[in-house]
Formats: sequence, C-alpha cells, structure tokens
Amino acid sequence: MAMNRIEELFKNKEGNILSIYFTAGFPSLNDTMGIMEAIEEAGADIIEIGIPYSDPVADGPTIQESNTVALNNGMTLKILFSQLAELRGKLKIPVILMGYLNPIVQYGMEEFCKKCEEVGVDGLIVPDLPMKQYLESYKGLFETYNLRNTFLISPQTSPDRIREIDRETDGFIYMVSSASITGAKKDVTPEQIAYFERVGDMGLKNPRLIGFGISDKASFSTAAKHAQGAIIGSAFINVLREAKELKKEINTFIKSIKA
Amino acid sequence: MIKIDENGFYGDFGGAYIPEMLYPNIEELKENYEQIMASESFKTEFDSLLKDYVGRPTPLFHAQRLSEKYGVKIYLKREDLCHTGAHKINNTVGQIILAKRLNKKRIIAETGAGQHGVATATVCALMGMECTVYMGAVDMERQKPNVERMRILGATVVPANSGSKTLKDATNEAMRQWINNPVDTHYIIGSVVGPHPYPEMVARFQSVISAEIKAQLLEKEGRDSPDIVIACVGGGSNAAGAFYHYYNDEKVRLVAVEAAGLGVTSGKSAATTQLGKPGILHGSKTLLMQTEDGQVVEPHSISAGLDYPGIGPVHAHLFASGRGEFLAVEDEDAMIAGIELSRLEGIIPAIESAHALSALNQLKYKASDIIVINLSGRGDKDLETYIKWGNY
Ligand SMILES: Cc1ncc(COP(=O)(O)O)c(C=O)c1O
Repeated sequence: MAMNRIEELFKNKEGNILSIYFTAGFPSLNDTMGIMEAIEEAGADIIEIGIPYSDPVADGPTIQESNTVALNNGMTLKILFSQLAELRGKLKIPVILMGYLNPIVQYGMEEFCKKCEEVGVDGLIVPDLPMKQYLESYKGLFETYNLRNTFLISPQTSPDRIREIDRETDGFIYMVSSASITGAKKDVTPEQIAYFERVGDMGLKNPRLIGFGISDKASFSTAAKHAQGAIIGSAFINVLREAKELKKEINTFIKSIKA
Repeated sequence: MIKIDENGFYGDFGGAYIPEMLYPNIEELKENYEQIMASESFKTEFDSLLKDYVGRPTPLFHAQRLSEKYGVKIYLKREDLCHTGAHKINNTVGQIILAKRLNKKRIIAETGAGQHGVATATVCALMGMECTVYMGAVDMERQKPNVERMRILGATVVPANSGSKTLKDATNEAMRQWINNPVDTHYIIGSVVGPHPYPEMVARFQSVISAEIKAQLLEKEGRDSPDIVIACVGGGSNAAGAFYHYYNDEKVRLVAVEAAGLGVTSGKSAATTQLGKPGILHGSKTLLMQTEDGQVVEPHSISAGLDYPGIGPVHAHLFASGRGEFLAVEDEDAMIAGIELSRLEGIIPAIESAHALSALNQLKYKASDIIVINLSGRGDKDLETYIKWGNY
C-alpha cells in the first residue's frame, strides 16, 4: 500500500496525539472549511469528520443533535465531498470520515471509496460495518483506494476478538473508553484505567487512540498516558454549538487540551 | 425455502450490523439461545406460562357472518384473547425466561403503541425483574393509557426525544442503553427486527401461532393447512408467527398486509415493500423507507404498531423471493374493516389487525378457499382513535 498520512503521523509522533471529531454540516452547512482549518492551525493531529445520519445508534444526545441539525442544514455526502475537494489541498492534517453504513452503501461503496481517495480522505471508521463483511466484501476496495480502516474495541471486547481486530485494522485501533455511547463525561475511573492497561499490555501492532467521554485536558492527559492519544468529539461539538467566533474558540479549546 | 444461514441472513436480508460495543451482547445471545430454547426445562416453563398465564391455545374461530359477507370460509386466529390483548406477549414470555437463564438482572425494551411495552412490563412484574421501556415522546402523548399501564406494572417509561420521537427512535434509544449496560441487561426486542439472532428468535417464540392453527384446523376441517393466511406487518412478528409453519408449504398463500397510511404515494405511508429499498436499520439489512442519501424516512400509519420504516428481514425475503403476497391498506379502509368486524362478529379489533381484515377487499380468492386471518390484537387500546374517527 502507498504511504498514507495516518501512517506517517504515527511513525513520526509517538504520543499525545489529539484527534478532533465534528459533524459535517454543523453548526452551519458551510462551516466545514473554517472548522478544519482552525483545527489544523491549533495543532491537533487528526480530523475526524462525521457523516450525519438520521439514526446514530452509537451516539449520545450531543452528537445526535449535531446530526439532526446537520441534516436539517441539508448536508449530504455529495456536498461533503465537494467541500473537501475544494479545501483538502490546503491542509496537511490526516482526515478520517466516520459514518454509519447505510448512507455509504446508498452512495455505493466503491464510488464512496474512490471519492474518498480523490478528495484526500485517509481513513474510515464505520461503526456498524461488521468485520466479517468488511473482510469478505470491502477490504480490497479500501486497499485499492488507500484508505486505512479503524475498528472499535470496548471494555467488553474479548482478548481473542481484540487480537482479531488488531490483525485487520491498519490505521489505529479506536478504544471506546467505557461501556458507553458517545458523550462528554467527568472523570476517568479506575476500572477504565485497568482496561486501558490491560489492552496496553497486549503488545498490539496498531497504535491506539481512546475516545468517547474524553472532554478536557485532564481526561486527555490520562488517556494519553495509556495510549498514543485520544479523540474528542462531544465536548468539541459543545464548543461549536456555543461559539460566537468559531475559529477563535476552536483555537482556545484545542490549545487548552494541548497545553 | 425460508431458512436462515449461519450469518443470520434470509436470502439477501438480515445479518448483524452492530457497533462493536454490542458485539459481545449479541454473541452471548447467539451462542446460547438455541441451546436454551431446545432444553426440556425451557420448553416446559415456556409452554406452561403460555397455557396458564397467557391463556393459550387461543381459539381458531369460524367467523360465520364475516364468511357470508365475503363468500368464503374465514377463520380468525384469536391472538386478541391473549393476556394483555395482543400476540406480543408470546415473545416477551419467551425472552424473559431466556434472560433469566442468561443471568440478566434488568430488562429494557422499545415500544411504539405501547403493546410490546405493556407485554414486557407484564412479564417483568411476573418474574420480579427491573424494567425500563423506551418510548418516543410523541407516542407517549398519543398512547397515554398504555404508558400508565406500564407504570402500574412497575416499569419505568423513558421518553425518546431524538429524531421523530416515535418507534424508530425508541428502538435507537434502547440500543444505546444496551451499549451503556452490556453485562446485566437483556434487551427484549418486540418484533422480528434487529440484529441476528433476534429476527429468528422472535419468530420462533411467535411460531406457536401457526403451530396451533395447524392442530386446530386439522380438527375442524380435517386438513392442517388453509389456502390463505393473512396477517398485518409492522415489523412482522405476528405475521412471522402465523406463517412460520407454512413457509415451506407452497400451497398455502401467505398474505402480508402493510399500512398504506393516507395512500402509498401520499408521502404519508408505511408501505415499506412498495416504498423501500434495501438498506440497513437497527442492525439488519432489510427493505427500508429512505431518502436517496440513505436517511431513514418517517413513516405514517393511523395504527402506531404499523408505523415503522422497515420490516423484518424475513419479510423482505418473502417479498423479494415472491413467496409472500404483499398488500397495502389505507387508514380509512382499516377503520371501516374494524367497525365491520365489530358489527358482524362482536369483536373490536386492534387497528393493526383491522388492516389484515381489510385485505379481504383486495384479495382474489376462490369461494371454496379456507382463509385464516391472524387477529393480532384487540381494540381496547385504540378506542380513542375509533372515537376520533367517529364514523360508526
Ligand atoms: C395488535 C398488534 N398487531 C400488530 C402489531 C405489529 O407488530 P408486528 O408486525 O411485529 O406483529 C402490533 C404492534 O404494536 C400490535 O399491537
């Protein structure tokens, strides 16, 4: 496979990797460009763009709402791709699309993967794509279009399953921080730390990022101690929703995490 | 042949499209349900509760005046006489026994009209299990008596406030809460929908309906199969139960009746096979009402139990393979059929079931045919809708 920005990132940077999630089309249809630029400028390492969906079963109230708003704003995959086509050349940061399976299969999986490569998407997270089906039907496509695929694991995932996922993942593993849907939480509990350590000790080939419930400097630092970094979603959506000046407040938020 | 493959597919439809967080829950169920259901002690407990608690077997009633009116011999399978008023309890009794044997301490469920929620709250009370039911905020407003029935039975009813605030969103919310409580909680899905193994498991619990029809028809007619079986389809559990033992008996016509709402082309309909395309919702690949961009479309039906944008994968397969005949009945025609049965037979049907009755007006049949209509529920819960409609 050709080199890819996600791979390069993990090769050049071992820890404290910060990935920022936002929903395409939120708060307004045409905010995509400004938000992405601001995330890169503020020094985050990965951008994860959520494709809005009517029925996001793995998401808590914050991201449910950003999905609804984005859909009401008229966001579609077609529009997202055209936005990305315009601005991708201006950014260096790795970009991952995160989306539920149905909008993608309606677009057409091959067409989708092709378009992803064209507009400079580096990786995909499709939470409701079963691994078995990925291996049988889609793995070849992902490879053809140089897309890294990330699977999730949770505290309930068995060691055997984690090994299987490690074998079939080729960007990083997304460690869901607790038995939970997405949403900003307060503290990282001792049980969570035990789980981070248990997985950390497995000697997996893939780097790990911890996501779901990571919301501020404290939870980011704790997560980054037990993995290569972490993903912030709902807390960032909260910033976007309240922001009067998007760029400035994105900058302040991300700097506060990295400080 | 209607057979499920090892990955949970009926033909092209089914499977388990779930986030990894649910994978252990679904695996646990998949690994255990067949073995548990096959055990003698499970069968004994299930059969005895169906008999003494639910009130089975439900009668197969020869509806003479209805038969005369339509010029054909019609039997009604009286699921409306089940405890709590609909077939839904066949499934909840089965799943609660299963949940106990999986050492689960809590039950969650989704509900639309509230029938499945009531049936779940009922068996939870019976077994002393904690019960939380998710219900769209809009449905809670529309179906107040059922909300209170659940509360009287000791369940907590939680409004689903996302999306359109109806059944689809209640199902999303129940799945989310299962992600949040993966170890001690069992999710009792109310129809033949959801990720494998739910569709097949629920169909097997409901298959008691056609098992009884066979025995009862043999006694009454000297043959164990009718010419036609008719059932309404929301998710499709009462239909799956009524069809189950006839899937492979090609002589038996299987007629599935969907809700056309205000008309199939009106934009306010729930006729999934006519309006849907293959897609993925609630963990399975099935026919789904959706936009070009793959966003799920809000259905409409006067009956909350049929107000769902998908159908169970087994029905998608029955449709695609041609084994099933699919009809759609509009709100108005269902109401007329409900009043007709009330006047001809002294039975006020659930509006869901009235859709199945109304299919008699569209169906081609021979005078010599024997038709079984699955009367999935009684109309008590729908009195307010009947009154509002007012045309009686
Ligand atoms: C009486 C009755 N019939 C039918 C249905 C539809 O469900 P299914 O298609 O799973 O049988 C419901 C659902 O609430 C119901 O209450």
